[in-house]
Amino acid sequence: MALIRLTGINRHYQMGSQLVRALDGIDVEIERNEYVAFVGSSGSGKSTFLNILGCLDRPTSGQYFLNGSHVEAMDHNELAEIRNREIGFIFQSFNLLPRANALGNVMQPLVYRRTGYRQRREMATEALRRVGLGDRMGHLPNELSGGQRQRVAIARALVTRPSIVLADEPTGNLDSHTSTEIMQLFDELHGEGQTLILVTHERDIARHCQRVIELQDGRIFRDRSMNAAEMH
Amino acid sequence: MFYLILESTRSALTSIFAHGLRSFLTTLGIVIGVASVIAVVSLTQGMSAFIDESFSSLGSNSLTIESYTPFSEAIRGARARLTPDDLELIERRGEGIASITPILPASRMTQIRYGAQSTFSQIMGTTYAYRDVAQAYVQSGRFIATSDNQTRRRVAVIGETIRDDLGLPSNPVNEYFEISGEWFKVIGLLETKGDFVGFDQDDIALIPYATMRSLIGNRYQPDIQIQLSLSDEANVEDVKRQLTALLRNAHDLGPGDGNDFTIRTPEQLLDTFDTIIGTVTLVVGGIVSISLLVGGIGIMNIMLVSVTERTREIGICKAIGAKRHHILAQFLIEAVLLSLLGGLIGLALGFGLGAAISSAIESFPPASIPFWAITLALGFSGFVGILFGILPAAKAANLDPIDALRYE
Ligand SMILES: Nc1ncnc2c1ncn2[C@@H]1O[C@H](COP(=O)(O)OP(=O)(O)O)[C@@H](O)[C@H]1O
Ligand SMILES: [Mg+2]
Repeated sequence: MALIRLTGINRHYQMGSQLVRALDGIDVEIERNEYVAFVGSSGSGKSTFLNILGCLDRPTSGQYFLNGSHVEAMDHNELAEIRNREIGFIFQSFNLLPRANALGNVMQPLVYRRTGYRQRREMATEALRRVGLGDRMGHLPNELSGGQRQRVAIARALVTRPSIVLADEPTGNLDSHTSTEIMQLFDELHGEGQTLILVTHERDIARHCQRVIELQDGRIFRDRSMNAAEMH
Repeated sequence: MFYLILESTRSALTSIFAHGLRSFLTTLGIVIGVASVIAVVSLTQGMSAFIDESFSSLGSNSLTIESYTPFSEAIRGARARLTPDDLELIERRGEGIASITPILPASRMTQIRYGAQSTFSQIMGTTYAYRDVAQAYVQSGRFIATSDNQTRRRVAVIGETIRDDLGLPSNPVNEYFEISGEWFKVIGLLETKGDFVGFDQDDIALIPYATMRSLIGNRYQPDIQIQLSLSDEANVEDVKRQLTALLRNAHDLGPGDGNDFTIRTPEQLLDTFDTIIGTVTLVVGGIVSISLLVGGIGIMNIMLVSVTERTREIGICKAIGAKRHHILAQFLIEAVLLSLLGGLIGLALGFGLGAAISSAIESFPPASIPFWAITLALGFSGFVGILFGILPAAKAANLDPIDALRYE
């Protein structure tokens, strides 16, 4: 059974008298350890879709199975639990807690699952080492470069060992060199068995992925697997 | 639960100290409220401990009966009187009385002379029983005896203040002085009692009751005071009731007439002081409640600002798995800690203020804070924190994760 299965997902916004169909009948299945990119022009519904995948938002209608459970039927607390256990979310603008240092940021998700301080610290240290920031743990976000901040965010996503890692334009605020480094990190994670789903509007970034799904006006326009020749 | 509180406290402290000055200004209302409460309580507590102590020197378990003329009667020229007949009646028929004595005060302050020295003082005619009733013991010489009254001896027992004012030797027994032109022999010096709320209890001269009666012209029925002490098993209220009935009957008072006498107990006086102190405490309490209310609103205001400022942070926390109660606890505990911190600062400040005032004003008793006041002050500021923190905290907890993340 697929790790993720969405059927007939709609997300509509009522803007005055106008109905905006941000997502309009999405059906998709994603298997464990897939490496998927959602691409499309601005306003095509990529972020809306990823927010629903990440349980930050709910569809207007449709069904969403994650790891065998019915996500659309869950209440606030169950969704929070899913976000904490199953999902690691990475944002374009990093979204770190400004007053906590790198270590504190990475430990934070573990607070919500009642992990003791000692173990929290151990796990966060390990995650930061994994993303190559073993020597920056005491730094505040504003003392770190963009690439380093995004690495902290990745460590925070990984520390809970989630079923899926979601990234919305993870390289959108980074220069091309740093972008490549971040993408190499994603490639490695995929190699280690991590399921990764990312959103981008850059062809170069999408090329890292095995499967590219193109959205247009809230619908899936094209869904294709890349062969080895097309990748990289 | 414990884990939640611990983690929330950890992050609340971080955020309180991250905005040190702002946090302090936020909690200033609480600081001022608690400080004023503690200052006043510590002063009044010191005061009432002092008053209680003074009262035990007044002779407990005693009653004083005095004539009482209501104002409406007084302006018609009527004067109620308590007479030696009343005394005799009570001696014969009163129940539960250990000792009883008449007191006949001189109608005004009277001049006493000793050599070239003179002073004005309160002179009272009384009997040997006064010693037990008023717990007035001599430190040297003897008290007024029954025979002094029988033979109207011109003898006096005096207090330390008079001895000092007149320049009498430290043992004044057997010295002679003059009271309004008559010679008196000093037979005893009273033990010192000190001040009682501003009245010098040692500025007193006692002479035999019969001597006093002859001095003031031997009118047949002078207006006297009666002071009595109760026997051990007697109940103050019962005795008061019985004496009231006895005197009302003797004075031919009808059912509609008010008493033309009053019966006072030292407890009554104590009650009066307690009432005054209670009223002061209440008024201050009212003012302080308002200031705590204002302080609480200040905290609520800043917490609401803080929630708005941190909307994005709240979104981040929700995105990585924070539930409503996590966010609620974090903001609520922050408000409570802020408020408690204010309470603690206020406590220290208030006690300092109380101590400073009581040491600055001479004769003011030292300040003391009872444990209940500390508990109350901290409990109340914690309560204010919860009361005014709940709204901002609920607002934060109910934010939608996606809206919060999008907030600029
Ligand atoms: N909260 C919202 N209210 C109204 N319309 C929205 C909201 N969020 C997104 N949309 C609309 O949904 C469409 C898809 O937006 P989005 O998913 O952000 O696109 P993308 O990430 O692909 O650029 C856009 O037309 C956008 O205007
Ligand atoms: Mg987008």
